[in-house]
Amino acid sequence: MSVKQRDAAIVGVHEFPSRDVEGELSPLHIKAESASKALADAGLTWSDVDGIYDAGEGGASGLTIAEYFGLSPTVIDTTNVGGSSYQFHAAHARRAIAAGKARVALLTYGSTAHSNVSRIGTGGRGMGGYPADNLESFAGLTLIANYAMCAHRHMFEFGTTSEQLAEISVATRCHAMRNPDAVRAMEDLEFLDIRETTIDDVVNSRMIADPLHLLECCMISDGGGAVVIAAPDVARDCRHKPVWILGTGEATKYPAGGADITSSAAVQSGPIGFGEAGVGPDEMDVAMIYDSFSITVLTILEDLGFCPKGEGGRWVEGGRLRFDRPGEGPALNTDGGGLSSNHPGMRGIFLLIEAARQLRGESTAQVEGAKLAVAHGNGGMLGSRHSAGTVVLGGD
Amino acid sequence: MSEPTRPLPNFQESDTAPFWEGTMDRQLRFQRCNDCDTVIFHPRRHCVGCLGQDLSWHDASGKGTVYSYSIVRQSYHPFFRQHVPYVVAWVDLDEGPRLLSNVVGIEDPSTDAHCGMAVRVEWEPHGEYAIPLFRPLEKLAK
Repeated sequence: MSVKQRDAAIVGVHEFPSRDVEGELSPLHIKAESASKALADAGLTWSDVDGIYDAGEGGASGLTIAEYFGLSPTVIDTTNVGGSSYQFHAAHARRAIAAGKARVALLTYGSTAHSNVSRIGTGGRGMGGYPADNLESFAGLTLIANYAMCAHRHMFEFGTTSEQLAEISVATRCHAMRNPDAVRAMEDLEFLDIRETTIDDVVNSRMIADPLHLLECCMISDGGGAVVIAAPDVARDCRHKPVWILGTGEATKYPAGGADITSSAAVQSGPIGFGEAGVGPDEMDVAMIYDSFSITVLTILEDLGFCPKGEGGRWVEGGRLRFDRPGEGPALNTDGGGLSSNHPGMRGIFLLIEAARQLRGESTAQVEGAKLAVAHGNGGMLGSRHSAGTVVLGGD
Repeated sequence: MSEPTRPLPNFQESDTAPFWEGTMDRQLRFQRCNDCDTVIFHPRRHCVGCLGQDLSWHDASGKGTVYSYSIVRQSYHPFFRQHVPYVVAWVDLDEGPRLLSNVVGIEDPSTDAHCGMAVRVEWEPHGEYAIPLFRPLEKLAK
């Protein structure tokens, strides 16, 4: 099976608008509503779906998700690699479609992390059952402190500063303030002082785990969404112009003696994805990069080759990542990202959704004439066990 | 009501049990492959360097270097919330393995903790077993 550039396209998307369902909806409710609206967006219906991709979280598994939706798919994939599961799903869906095993693939996500009062960042790590957990859980490492260790090492090796990391937070908030769903999210989650931020605002916000400040950490919201990926002949008849999946890459990385935590598995997945697409990072109009924390984005920008390793701090200075600076760099997380729009725990699907909106010309922080985008998900914990999924997308 | 405690390992988990047995003698143990010399940590039954399973246990000196660290200032864990701020760190042992632990005995971590800091193991007893924590070497010299 060879995967060609235009083997599959995103034809339908839906982002569940509410970030606080007040405990009245379940993850499965959110998945089903998002799925039906993404199918409607594409001009398709339930019976068109022959491939299901879901990370198996939130009350259904590979055995039951088709039953819940009332479908009879012949491709079922419940790969769960954390927040980048949806980049993996998009890659797998494209391959299944190219191989003729599916024609319409449905990707779903739903979470009520906010309603459940999940302390994702600060609750401490559970005993996960993996043998290494048995050597690590005693240390009281919070998820935020894990990312903070990546930031400290980056600062130590390359002289990166908190002010440079703050550029990531400032750019995403700038974009969030243009997105009514993101503004409502910040209101519903009772953010203080909802406005565009400055570097000073970020570095003067409360320290959560040195060197990461409050405004460098993503929110914990409810939410979900769905994406429909289809074969070229189906895509041609859908309601919107196809958004083509041009290349994909997948990888994982984990702790080891001598491992470098200033770089991620994106070093492996990026060149595979860009290579398959036949385009380079310097051609990207939009970069949707998993912003669990400021350091996640800085690390991945370097790993994907937007700038050399260690130079990310200087590279992002001066607002380069804003949507209204075409030619300087890619627009970063134009929906507002996990930092300022939504983060229900595994936000990889939103990277695909907003990249598709940009390439259709429908974003609230639209990059004029956007033709190419990269959606890169990071799952698990950067610097520790994590996954990387790179998806390069192109307009029709 | 008993006091909340640090999360303790399952000392009987099969891959890591020999490591925890070593702590009874206050030894930090790691594995090395007898066929290809690869250092294996976390402990496993098989070598990740060659295809063998002939591994032996070795005692580390307990000396190492802070590879990176953070100062946890917010935690909702019932034990750790009472101990903020505290230092978590990846510690590179001189023999190669990298351990996740706490660095204790730093008066003001905001200014005195740093990457590259030399540390040595310090044991926190829990019954027969002990948890390996680390303390800056310069402090020990004083």
